[in-house]
Amino acid sequence: MQAFEYANPATLADAIALLGASWGEAGVLAGGTDLIGLMKDYIEMPKRVVNVKGIKELGGIRKTGAGLRIGATVTMEELVENAEIRKLYPSLHTAAANITSPQIRNMGTVGGDLCQRPRCWYYRQGFGLLPKDPKGQELVANGENRYHAILGNAGPAKFVSASSLGPALVALGARVKLASAKGPREVPAEKFFVTPAADGAREIALQPNEILTEIIIPAAATRNATYEVRQKDALDWPLATASVVLRMKGSTVSGARIVLGHVAPTPWLAEQAGTALAGKAITPESAEAAAKAALAGATPLSGNAYKVQLARVAVKRALLEAARGRA
Amino acid sequence: MAETPNYAWPPREKRRQIGKSPTRIDGPAKASGKAKYSSDVNLPGMLHAALLTCPHAHARITAIDTSAAEKSPGVAAVHVISPVGTEIQWSGTEVAAVAATTENQARDAARQIKVQYEVLPHVVREEDLSKVGNRAKAAGEQITGDPDQAFKEADVVSEGEYGIPVVAHSCLEPHGGVLHWQGDKVTYWPSTQFVSGIAGTLAPNIKVPVANIRVHQEHIGGGFGSKFGADRWDAVSALLSQKAGGKPVKLFLDRATELNIAGNRPSAYSKIKLGAKKDGTITVWQSQSWASGGFTGGGMPPTPYVYTNIPNKRINHTSVSINAAGQRAWRAPNSQQASYLTCSAIEDLAAALKMDPMEVFAKNAGYTPRAETYRAQLAKAAELSDWKRLWHQRGDAGAGPVKRGLGIGVNAWGGGGHASQCRTTINPDGSVMVEIGVQDLGTGTRTVINQVAAETLGLPLNAIAVRIGDNSLPPSGASGGSTTVGGVSSSTRKSCVNALAKLFDVAAPALGLQPDQLEVVDGRIQQKDNPAKSITWQAACRKMGTSKISEMGANDPRNPGGLNSSGVGGIQVADVSVDTETGIVKLNKFVAVQDCGLIINPKLAESQCYGGIIMGICTALYEERVMDPATGIMLNHNYDTYKLAGIGDIGEIVVHLEMEPQHDSRGVIGLGEPPAIGIQAAIGNAVANALGVRVRNMPMTPDRVLAALERRNA
Amino acid sequence: MCDFEGSERKALLMNHEKDPEKPNKPAGGVSRRGFIRGAGISGGVLGSGILEEQVQAQQQGGTKPVGPGPVPVTLTINGKPHKLNLEPRVTLLDALRDHVNLTGAKKVCDRGNCGACTVIMGGKAVYACSVLAIDAQGREIQTIEGLASGNELHPVEAAFVKNDGQQCGYCTPGFVMAVKDFLDKNPKPTEEQVNHGLGGNLCRCGTYMGIRKAVLEAAKTTKGGRNG
Repeated sequence: MQAFEYANPATLADAIALLGASWGEAGVLAGGTDLIGLMKDYIEMPKRVVNVKGIKELGGIRKTGAGLRIGATVTMEELVENAEIRKLYPSLHTAAANITSPQIRNMGTVGGDLCQRPRCWYYRQGFGLLPKDPKGQELVANGENRYHAILGNAGPAKFVSASSLGPALVALGARVKLASAKGPREVPAEKFFVTPAADGAREIALQPNEILTEIIIPAAATRNATYEVRQKDALDWPLATASVVLRMKGSTVSGARIVLGHVAPTPWLAEQAGTALAGKAITPESAEAAAKAALAGATPLSGNAYKVQLARVAVKRALLEAARGRA
Repeated sequence: MAETPNYAWPPREKRRQIGKSPTRIDGPAKASGKAKYSSDVNLPGMLHAALLTCPHAHARITAIDTSAAEKSPGVAAVHVISPVGTEIQWSGTEVAAVAATTENQARDAARQIKVQYEVLPHVVREEDLSKVGNRAKAAGEQITGDPDQAFKEADVVSEGEYGIPVVAHSCLEPHGGVLHWQGDKVTYWPSTQFVSGIAGTLAPNIKVPVANIRVHQEHIGGGFGSKFGADRWDAVSALLSQKAGGKPVKLFLDRATELNIAGNRPSAYSKIKLGAKKDGTITVWQSQSWASGGFTGGGMPPTPYVYTNIPNKRINHTSVSINAAGQRAWRAPNSQQASYLTCSAIEDLAAALKMDPMEVFAKNAGYTPRAETYRAQLAKAAELSDWKRLWHQRGDAGAGPVKRGLGIGVNAWGGGGHASQCRTTINPDGSVMVEIGVQDLGTGTRTVINQVAAETLGLPLNAIAVRIGDNSLPPSGASGGSTTVGGVSSSTRKSCVNALAKLFDVAAPALGLQPDQLEVVDGRIQQKDNPAKSITWQAACRKMGTSKISEMGANDPRNPGGLNSSGVGGIQVADVSVDTETGIVKLNKFVAVQDCGLIINPKLAESQCYGGIIMGICTALYEERVMDPATGIMLNHNYDTYKLAGIGDIGEIVVHLEMEPQHDSRGVIGLGEPPAIGIQAAIGNAVANALGVRVRNMPMTPDRVLAALERRNA
Repeated sequence: MCDFEGSERKALLMNHEKDPEKPNKPAGGVSRRGFIRGAGISGGVLGSGILEEQVQAQQQGGTKPVGPGPVPVTLTINGKPHKLNLEPRVTLLDALRDHVNLTGAKKVCDRGNCGACTVIMGGKAVYACSVLAIDAQGREIQTIEGLASGNELHPVEAAFVKNDGQQCGYCTPGFVMAVKDFLDKNPKPTEEQVNHGLGGNLCRCGTYMGIRKAVLEAAKTTKGGRNG
């Protein structure tokens, strides 16, 4: 780990003042579960680390007029234990609860989950987010891509978004609040995640001089669920996940959002598959059809066609679970 | 005199300690964090070292510049390991090392060493033999009987392809040590499976006489066959210590380097063809196998495994050299792979015959060295796994996406006792010290020594101090090949019998008896079968005056005198459920029936079996070294992607240890390897039974399971 | 709508404020468990108190960056303060092992993937390899060395010994700490909960069978692991 200077500001304004204008100047430290590992591997080498856990206004979960407000430094465990989230947003609850390491749940924060860097093994070994060999050949497409993207992978970005909460938040129509010296701004969760097209670009909309301050989930009566395909019970990353949100009219769907996780450089909103569910009841057949539709455009790489099947299963099972519904 | 003392194990009914299951004596120290491993050793003024490793799989070093590193803050010494001109044959090769005040400073400095490479072409994968070019080296064909004629005459011929990849030992305590060079002497705290011998492997590389190297190791955090000799980086630590003016140097590999270069189990792939009669009798075996354990290639797994006496055989093997770090012995070297290949082929044959594999494995047991053992074990395993109720024909796993299946694995191992010497000292105050220069890998070696000594001396466990882990103690062999318990139990027994005889000489006059009329029972020395005529242990020891008794005992592997022997077998049954929509395999239950001779501590023996089985579950379902063809590096060099089973991934495990008089009478055999063999075979066969199709390659990850299902449905 | 947890947290913070003499310790009268739960279970984010962080922020420069060279760092480990001089990049694990000679927590993966370095910080199990020591100031850090009282093993440790939940023992201290934390939260776990609730720790020797039994047994003897 490269040496850095460390600051522990108590207010958001102070924290923002400590950030730099470009990446690499300052790293924002919350749970540390990702940043510290990245620094040990010299993937991130910030000159300054700004600990934001002492900033009171970044904590806490509360209901507001606009919906449910979740502070950036709320931990995964706080999410899991929150009764209201469990009741209203089981999709979000499940996404957090499925992080099978209690230690990671205790340490990891909501903001950190959204801002964590991809797990792509080429990236993590220093070949860059859009990894290439010295001759400029793409490493992922020609190499070991079993855990890589099957959707949204036409450009150089082949990694998958690592965010556990991202798919559920996109499905729920959450907004992400960011703050800089210029003041706060809000980004819809689905716009927060971006697919970088060129070297140096990031996979999230956050700018180096900004801090993610909170998430707002709009209040709405929905049935929602997350299903995750993960090989191990212990310490493992999912292979594919799906978060679905259903607005119901009686026993039929009036609107649906289906978002896939760990299959694309961003949480992947399968818009048409959701729209096509309108007016239908959720049955094993309709869920299967929606799952097929959600993956219709999949473009698997040499070694990850199996993820198409896993993502389909995730969609189908998430839909059936949502329809059984706890909300 | 001159009569050979009776060292035989006491009869079962008279044993007070052997066969009981006291908790391990170092358990409290380990559970409370007090146990000091070599990686926990902190010495005054100690430096921390870091390695710079090569990022290329094949390259020649054309320039090295260490000047910046030498000036880096905190740096005490820099050492170039691979000088200019070196041809590197795998990524992760050690290029240089730095010792500095803190580990961070050492890493900072190592990063400042500038190395220029001429990058050379590499081959890092061997699973597709057609892509390895001139890296393949075929061994000569071995033919037994007349395989061509036998295939012609066979009623059924079954063919299959099977593969098991390279996996890393993954010891939780990495390889490394603390080295302290003072004057002409070196003190070495290694992490080793061979306390008595490791100095001999360090000495030539640092040009210090073996006699001047003192080795200490209280505990070791895992070895599994990968920690016998001193590694190159240990010698480097010693040289850094010398360069730094005699300050001790600590160097343990970081996890990525550990997984890359500190040991792996070679792969094994095979195309196997079997011929059999309608009744299930195997008549012919043909295999074309290939393997790689890194740059040095890979030897042939001994197939057909256990069923060695199949009358007609044609066997070919190809060794493949790749640009990856070399193999090391891995708990039951080659046997895990061989059992997997062989049992998979036999199960496929049973499926082709539409026979119950229990029947086929039993019917052909005559080809094995221990037919009766295996037949009895198959029956026991069938009973414990509820085989008759749960087993079904392939593809007959019922409706619904989750399919259940059962499968069989077979193991065999030698074991025995390594060369071991023990010294037992009885002091005038009655205290007893038993000393052996051995190591406890977590198998419970200390506890076993303690039990045997207590049994022999008629004392409670806590009346005896056990010292191990120091090369100034009487030498004992390496802990490998399931030979430690056999070795130390025998040397301890003999040493204690010898010491006790001396104590009887001292105590006999006080009782007015001859020494050969005495025995020791529960802390009293008494006339045989006459507790009324006795004195306490303490009173007897006081009669030694100021001298003490110190007696040796040795296990001679060529002449174990009935205290140990070798050769065991075991049968395993896996019971799995497979989600055919996701390809995820879950263990329901795993049954192991194991023969292992006289068992000194059944609880520890059971733990060995659990451990071997769980390791097997890891390699059947999760573990593999993933090498990148383009960059030549190991991609999964930490536990986020190098996957190991957790507590929720193992299902229920049932161990049945055979402990009847006929097993006991064989003496101690050892149990490190046998229960680790056959697990992949059993799980692979269970998955094939569940799915109705063979998943060709381990580990059985969702991609491979789904690919097999696609093949079935095609 | 009211805050989900805010009122409880407020009460605790007020309680905390009443005890200005001890800024680094939970206020008297509030059990550690109650305190932690009330504070929103945040692994130090808010867990051991915003106020502590503020105190610390003042001590540690706050908005004014410190480092990258060594700076004074005070860690409260097993109830005792340790004054150290550390670079901000030093992890809690390295501080414990290399600077305080508390070597029970082990360095295995050093990336938050295996659990061998688990300690309890601010009442929550965390990976010490992924916490900066400077960031661990002002929180109670409990290591494996602080679990037993004298020579008497903590019930979780005793259960590991009795059920042979260890072989080489290198994962054991981290596992014991994870189990302690797990039982604090799940005083009467089912086997199913044990299987799902200890997914943050890995063992290579394969001691999970013994650990499972140990956890279930310790649950009976500790009234939820809270013996220490």
